[in-house]
Amino acid sequence: MSDSTHDLPPGSGLPIAPRGDRPLLTELDPRTKKRYAAERRFKALGLTAVCIGVLCLVVLVSSVLRQGLPAFTQTFIDVPVYLDPATLDPDGNRDPEQMKSVLTFGYQPLIAAGLERALDDRGLGEQVTADEVAGLISRGAAAQMRDYVLANPEKLGETIDFNFVANGRVDGYLKGRVTMESAALDSQISPEQLQLVDKLRDAGLIEKKFNWAFITGPDASGNRPEAAGMGVAIIGSAYMMLVVLVLALPIGVAASIYLEEFAPQNRFTDIIEVNISNLAAVPSIVFGILGLAIFINWAGLPQSAPIVGGLVLTLMTLPTIIISTRASLKSVPPSIRDGALGLGASKMQAVFHHVLPLAAPGILTGTIIGLAQALGETAPLMLIGMVAFVRDFPDAPPAGLFEPASALPVQVYNWTQRSDPAFVERASGAIIVLLIFLVLMNTVAIILRRRFERRW
Amino acid sequence: MRILTATASALALAAVSATAASARDQLQVAGSSTVLPYANIVAEVFGENFDFPTPVVQGGGSSAGLKNFCQGTGENTIDVANASRQIREKEIKACADAGVTEIIEVQFGYDGIVFASDINGPDFVFTPEDWYKALAEKVFVDGEAVANPNTSWSDVNPDMPDQKILALIPGTKHGTREVFEEKVIMEGCEASGDFDKFKEAAGGDEDAAEDACMAIRTDGLSVDIDGDYTETLAKLNNDTDAIGVFGLAFYEQNTDKLQVATMSGVTPSVETISSGEYPVSRPLYFYVKKQHIGIIPGLKEYAEFFVSDAMAGNGGPLANYGLVPDPELAKTQKAVADEVTMGSGS
Repeated sequence: MSDSTHDLPPGSGLPIAPRGDRPLLTELDPRTKKRYAAERRFKALGLTAVCIGVLCLVVLVSSVLRQGLPAFTQTFIDVPVYLDPATLDPDGNRDPEQMKSVLTFGYQPLIAAGLERALDDRGLGEQVTADEVAGLISRGAAAQMRDYVLANPEKLGETIDFNFVANGRVDGYLKGRVTMESAALDSQISPEQLQLVDKLRDAGLIEKKFNWAFITGPDASGNRPEAAGMGVAIIGSAYMMLVVLVLALPIGVAASIYLEEFAPQNRFTDIIEVNISNLAAVPSIVFGILGLAIFINWAGLPQSAPIVGGLVLTLMTLPTIIISTRASLKSVPPSIRDGALGLGASKMQAVFHHVLPLAAPGILTGTIIGLAQALGETAPLMLIGMVAFVRDFPDAPPAGLFEPASALPVQVYNWTQRSDPAFVERASGAIIVLLIFLVLMNTVAIILRRRFERRW
Repeated sequence: MRILTATASALALAAVSATAASARDQLQVAGSSTVLPYANIVAEVFGENFDFPTPVVQGGGSSAGLKNFCQGTGENTIDVANASRQIREKEIKACADAGVTEIIEVQFGYDGIVFASDINGPDFVFTPEDWYKALAEKVFVDGEAVANPNTSWSDVNPDMPDQKILALIPGTKHGTREVFEEKVIMEGCEASGDFDKFKEAAGGDEDAAEDACMAIRTDGLSVDIDGDYTETLAKLNNDTDAIGVFGLAFYEQNTDKLQVATMSGVTPSVETISSGEYPVSRPLYFYVKKQHIGIIPGLKEYAEFFVSDAMAGNGGPLANYGLVPDPELAKTQKAVADEVTMGSGS
């Protein structure tokens, strides 16, 4: 800023000013007032900037929470179903292999009949057709029932109480997304069905409860949004993070130790350094194109597999890890190295026994932040076939790394493309889960830094 | 650090051995985003009912899917390509060059293209001619080809409401766009008599006249939507004057927010489209790599299951989602069962 003597009123630059000319300390002269005003303006601007940022965050998080929290509860209907042996086991010898010839289409009518009977018992089902009754239950219910029957063939002929997921529109009605007015216009549900839902709720057959299947279950098609879950996506993301951690951490740390401690300072290492910094700024989609060309087309790795996603994200995370590792190695004071060397340690001993352990908290923090960044990355995954409809869970690693899987951010993208409005809620729910993971990872990074960081 | 290195090398070793040993056991499907929801539904039910793993289905568009399909044979290429249009000669050739010589073409149903607007807006009754006059870059006024002067639907046709023209049409990479141009704009151009005038102006060149007919105005009254139909829906919600062009299935899921216009006096529905009364529809296809049958488990079963009456027939899950069933499904089923390839004469 400007010279301090310059700011004072004329005459005050003298060592001893005449008493009458000297301004009182309690009274501010115009220049000081101006400077203080400028400071206040700056503070106000800064505060506004912070407020705008916080406001945006609040709006974003609250809209995601408002839309997404309902996804964690789901409407279920209790239906007693008579397992009719004539339909489900036409051959009559209770052999699951033969019973597989009855597809889910054969189970559907039994479920509808079961619900209808339950309604008749309570005198509720007069003004609705059989189709309308069947429409209350998710289309995935038949598969749930078929799995049960194939696993327990001896139960045929009994009436079993099933707890089925309700249709997405019924669920939407209980969550306030679907109203009587919208149902009147909706080709998927009618107001009569919703009135029936009200009666069922009064009778205690319909209830909303926590929806574990949303977190652990696989994705579902557009015909049954109520059954869609993100289990495969969570596993796919976890596998990719595993690959990134196992590859990027050792490679990144080794590269930084060499560059920081051993490499001679010459033009060659300068070029490498500049390149690493540039690599950190390369748009992530470029890594996706690279992954498609190298890992899939050239190396022949399978499409949609977490290993390819992991490799691509490793490339993306490496610069972040290298830069943070080098910074934390640099922050270890040279006296530590000198001390070790002075006592006769080799350079390698000095690095691995003294410098690296002291730099570890910084390295871990950088790694976790790099991983969090990779976890939320979508663009490169779109090019390597991770944006796919995958319902089967991959096996345990290492074999599972080569099987198709989805990823969390990709699942969000996928759900926003679907036509059924119930998927909007699912997409926001998946965003919440993704945000929780990111917050957890960043918290761990902060805790590590707080606990183990040493200041010199 | 030592543990980490050991894990890394173990992982790398496992990677090498797994690549060598693994034969892909799940189907890979990619292609048209219009077919994607149907393929998802089929894959889901297929996985539930058979001992094969659930097929992996990707979107990406018809052209991208067919390009991937035609990259060759082998485990690293997809088995089925979904398409909202027929495969082109050029693509068949590319396939043949890469060794994909036996392709089974399966037409499994129709997709209707509807014109939908906000449910609280006025009703619209369209003819192809209205759309041509509303969206063409140049129209003939008093024998002169001039830049389209129409800005309101009542300019186009005095019977229509005085609402500004704002059309959300699929972008050029969509298969829907092609059908829209052919079956609506081109029809309208011919019906209005402008086609003959363009032809005359171009000295009898039909291709030039067609291009002139199908040129869409670029002054902002027609907006290309390159994303998915969800983007069109979001724009429709924001601007109640807009009229969106998209698939029937998408409308069926959102009937509480949208209303559809009639085209040439016919309301679009599964019935009117399958009977052929509603003019704007197109067949949907998927293409099967016959060379993979017997190598990739479940490929033929998937194709047969896709076109079975229980899936693609009337009242099946696909029709329920908005697919218009093919009246000649039985013929398709037989062709799939017999593995009839393209160009084998039948």
